[in-house]
Amino acid sequence: MTGSQVKARVVSVEPVGAYFLITLDAPAIAAAVEPGQFVAVAVGGPDTAMLLRRSFALYTADPSTGRIQIVVAEHGRGTAWLVRVGAGTPLDVVGPLGRPFTLPAEPGTAVLVAGGYGSAPMFDLARRLRAAGSAVHIVVGAGSADRLFGIDEARDVADSVAVTTDDGSAGVRGLVTDAVPALLGSPGATSVYACGPMAMLRAVGEMAAVYDVPCQVAVEESMACGIGVCMTCVLPVVGVDGRSRMVRSCVEGPVFDAERVRWKDVGSLPADVVGAGAMGAH
Amino acid sequence: MNPVTIHDHECGIGEIPGTHTHDHGEAGQRVDLATTLAGVTLPNPVLTASGCSAAGRELAPFMDVSDLGAVVTKSVMLRPRSGRATPRMAETPSGMLNSIGLQGPGIDAFLEHDLPWLAERGARAVVSIAGGTVEEFAELARRLVGVPALVLLEVNISCPNVASRGQVFACDPLAAADVVRAVKAEANGVPVFAKLSPDVTDIVAIAQSCVDAGADGLSMINTLLGMLIDTETMRPVLAGVTGGLSGPAIRPVAVRCVWQVHAALPDVPILGMGGILTGLDALQFLLAGASAVSVGTAVFHDPSAPTRVLSELRAELTRRGVRRLSDVVGAAHREPQR
Repeated sequence: MTGSQVKARVVSVEPVGAYFLITLDAPAIAAAVEPGQFVAVAVGGPDTAMLLRRSFALYTADPSTGRIQIVVAEHGRGTAWLVRVGAGTPLDVVGPLGRPFTLPAEPGTAVLVAGGYGSAPMFDLARRLRAAGSAVHIVVGAGSADRLFGIDEARDVADSVAVTTDDGSAGVRGLVTDAVPALLGSPGATSVYACGPMAMLRAVGEMAAVYDVPCQVAVEESMACGIGVCMTCVLPVVGVDGRSRMVRSCVEGPVFDAERVRWKDVGSLPADVVGAGAMGAH
Repeated sequence: MNPVTIHDHECGIGEIPGTHTHDHGEAGQRVDLATTLAGVTLPNPVLTASGCSAAGRELAPFMDVSDLGAVVTKSVMLRPRSGRATPRMAETPSGMLNSIGLQGPGIDAFLEHDLPWLAERGARAVVSIAGGTVEEFAELARRLVGVPALVLLEVNISCPNVASRGQVFACDPLAAADVVRAVKAEANGVPVFAKLSPDVTDIVAIAQSCVDAGADGLSMINTLLGMLIDTETMRPVLAGVTGGLSGPAIRPVAVRCVWQVHAALPDVPILGMGGILTGLDALQFLLAGASAVSVGTAVFHDPSAPTRVLSELRAELTRRGVRRLSDVVGAAHREPQR
């Protein structure tokens, strides 16, 4: 799932609530995107002092127009630069990167859970699930109404949409995870997909485990390169052999089976991770 | 020659500066980029840097790794090693801090999976080795000698992300010499380069000690030990507290180190690295006395950086009418001829 490096011209940057929707001309990337994949964008222009790429899940990728879209929240200097680039600016973009969500072998009922702009990859996923015969229910939550992304579109691509906000400014007041058990408990939920903050992914993963429904999550780990060489975006994940390893979320993820991620150990080094015993010796 | 895989589609902008390959100068002369490191001739002087390109495979979508002078692989240790907890990196002005902690699969997996991949592609491998003891370094050398693709051993005695932190081998002339001597005894003719830390009082003294112990050359520099504090949480940003500073921020320190060591030891080949982003950056290291360079952190910014730097360097040398790479190595030390 390694991408290509392109000079992508900025088509537009549009504010959408608290976020910015950036549209890029990038045919080589748009040709082969699967939901859950991301792009790594160089920021700051020529002579930038910001060396690390910023990674964003792909919201749309249209092979016929050659355009891709990402949703950007202004966090720091890099994203502050990015949301102010003018139309026509060439951006150095690498993608599509990462392991995408996998569709179920049989049609069923999918529950898609998104926090904030973590909804970005969910719409394409929902379309593909429905095209393959699955029913789709979407739950989207955010701190406030302006931090919800794509609610109207969710209604177009899903059989039901539940909205939550922490402050009650849209949908039901509460956490996105509050709306999940009802969907998992209703008959027939066969798969769960989640994208958003790590705490939300952990909660959704644990709920899915309770209801014994397979759950895939797209994690948000800080990445420097996005292509698998910097070794900074690791988290402890249980392998098929039952042993845990520090794995790179950029190439082995960002999508993981939730049950394989050792949520409580993210950000630490559990003693039973392969190679942890070698750390003290040197 | 098409060393750069930038796709420049219908967006109509020019390609990245310097990606044109200038095979012929104004006089129709092609610059001879071949370089020799302790008897090993490389087709050109641009290599990857240890710890910045894994074992080369991840760069394959962006270049043919056999186009590089060599691939310098991430430091391998005897046993698999998990590395540290996250956060492992932080961006700093024109640089970054990393605190990976030498994560790697260990020598068995490296020999089984990584070196064969490079050998199949006809790439040359400079294998970086790291150990906690002198004997571990020696055993790694023993395991590696004679394996296809290996052209040179780089002995990482200077990684700051180890339990002992600043107390690395490369900060002590005697400890550094012990490691070099032990590796050299096992190397069976494979050149041994010692990778030095800039975090020392006198890098020339360490360099001299390594050379006296048998080092065939020197790689410099490793990262500088640095630190960043989050003013919101009021705590260190990195889980490992301190980390190695790399990127253009350290380039002047690296050029200074190469200059000082080349001035003192003009016959010792140097592989120079530290913040190289462009062909002109690479040229600075060559002029300071390096016979070849490694492109490291730049790969995180631009995955095609090594081949781009090579193309830019070729163009810059051609523009200057340079015929042979060796003509510029150490040239900054020589007074201009009248």
